[in-house]
Amino acid sequence: MQNRKIDWKKYIYTFFITAIIFGTAIFISNYFSQKKLAEIRSIQDTISIDILSSETQFSLLEELSCKDVTTEVLSKELGNLEEKLAYTEKDRGSTDSEVQTLKRYYSLLQIKDYLLMTKISQKCDKTPISIVYFYSNKGDCEDCEKAGYVLTKMRQDYPELRVYAFDYNLDISAVQTLISINKVENKLPALIIGEKVYYGFQTIEDLNKYLPELEELRKLKNATSTQATTTKIK
Amino acid sequence: MLEISNAVTYVFLFISLYFEVFLLITYFENRTDMKKETQNLFEKKLKKFPTVTIIVPCWNEEKTITKTLNSLLNLDYPKNKLSIMIIDDGSTDNTWNVIQKFKNKKQIQMFRKENGGKYTALNFGLSRVQSELIGCLDADSYVHKDALKNIIYYFEDKETMSVTPSVKVWKPKKIIQMIQKVEYDWGVFIRKMFSYLGAIYVTPGPFSIFRKEVFENLGGYRHAYQTEDMELAVRMQSNHYKIVNAHEAVVYTVAPDTVKKLYKQRLRWTYGFIKNVIDYKHLFKREYGNLGIFVLPLASISIVSALYIISIAIINLAFQIFDFYSKWSAIGFELTKPHLNFDWFFINTSFMTIISIVSFMGILALLFIARKMAEKKFAFSMDLVYFLTLYAFISPLWMFKAVYNAIFSVKTYWR
Repeated sequence: MQNRKIDWKKYIYTFFITAIIFGTAIFISNYFSQKKLAEIRSIQDTISIDILSSETQFSLLEELSCKDVTTEVLSKELGNLEEKLAYTEKDRGSTDSEVQTLKRYYSLLQIKDYLLMTKISQKCDKTPISIVYFYSNKGDCEDCEKAGYVLTKMRQDYPELRVYAFDYNLDISAVQTLISINKVENKLPALIIGEKVYYGFQTIEDLNKYLPELEELRKLKNATSTQATTTKIK
Repeated sequence: MLEISNAVTYVFLFISLYFEVFLLITYFENRTDMKKETQNLFEKKLKKFPTVTIIVPCWNEEKTITKTLNSLLNLDYPKNKLSIMIIDDGSTDNTWNVIQKFKNKKQIQMFRKENGGKYTALNFGLSRVQSELIGCLDADSYVHKDALKNIIYYFEDKETMSVTPSVKVWKPKKIIQMIQKVEYDWGVFIRKMFSYLGAIYVTPGPFSIFRKEVFENLGGYRHAYQTEDMELAVRMQSNHYKIVNAHEAVVYTVAPDTVKKLYKQRLRWTYGFIKNVIDYKHLFKREYGNLGIFVLPLASISIVSALYIISIAIINLAFQIFDFYSKWSAIGFELTKPHLNFDWFFINTSFMTIISIVSFMGILALLFIARKMAEKKFAFSMDLVYFLTLYAFISPLWMFKAVYNAIFSVKTYWR
């Protein structure tokens, strides 16, 4: 006769052990998740201070020369923040309330930076090298992903280029005002370069055409690096 | 939709982790007993040597039959107590001529019949057997000389009706055989654990031994979707017959050496499992103990969960390919620059990742125990790497097909 005894205690213990392992995994995951969110908040705070610092610097511009205004570090930090925010959005989902809050803050920081850059450019008589990009995560923008790849690549190639990315559907008045001021229609992806709005997917070549300053930057860079090499060889 | 899919994945991960923990507890609970059994085998002498007949059904086994029969003749067991019955199931190759060289051996009887399938060959033999115990040995398997003695030890318990051996792969050479070696080592471990749980549901073709009463009371082998060894075991379980495992009784089997052959074998096994489980669904009850409430339900769920997880993996892969294509069409092919500065932020610390890692570690721990049990020591070898990296890619081949065949009642063929 086969032994049909069921050791219920063992089944219950196993359940508890498995549940504890599950609980620990949830705890560890939440712990790291909170740490990551805290890091994003900390970067945002740093950027906020940086912008404030730039604004203050700008206010003092009348007494300073244009070359003293530094904004390169900020551009890198914005890029770093965007990368981490995108990762978090992918990880936690775009509907996550934390992600939404962080995105709102990030959007505001971008607008502030955009305005500051525009002012600096006007004051110092420079053409702003920036792209304002509107996308949608709702699944109604087929080319947004491709546009994202192109803009990431552009920013990698030209660190001086500032790319401001905004979720078209983000429920924040400042973004909606930016949309209405520039009369951006819901035909995404949409890019604002200079004062012109471009709709649909734009290739790297298109963007180079719209921003001839990039080509000049590239030539300047090449010349500098060639000179540096020549000096080294000498 | 994504939330439902995640919830289902969590449920499957919980079940698989539960199974791993349950097996580990069962192992640690019975480790001492297992050692004692091994010690007794070496120290205690058998009180009685019952008469045994081993039926060897064969069909076109000219290459392996000689070695199979020699291994049986070399068994450390009194010659007058052991008979070997070869049933040539209408071979079309040289098998019959090959076995003629054994015709002068007193222990061996040989018969030839029209081809009718393995179960008919076994039943042909059963109808002519007079011994107390009956076993069968596939003609592509070889027994260790102590295997029978180690099995007989378990028949000292009058309630034991069948004893299964530890099946290992015979000299694996190709990668596909090495993968199976790990699988068979795992089988050695799992069969012993199921033995302690009273839940063995397969009495393997290579060298499972039965009391004669099993066949007298329950009848002979059935076609059973060409998985007669599983059907007989579940029929025995259905009648509360005791089946145990002799982990020290070693039998070697020649594993399929091509993916195609393996696919055919596993398709037959998986399809047979599904169909037999459906036929014996009444076993899913508390009165059948651990078999009814844990082992059979888990074995059934494992097919569904494996298919589900594989499907999700395929869908994710498709998305990644699409993303890659999308990136390629946007900016062309470009090698991603490695991040020089390590940033912990981008380490995946999601719940799913952590629990998958824990589950994987559990599998590694169990494989370690299984290897130690089967090989008497743990030695890292490439077969583990092949198993862990390749098995997940090849097993879906037969799993999907077996489920498809079972749903649409498509017959599977052995050959």
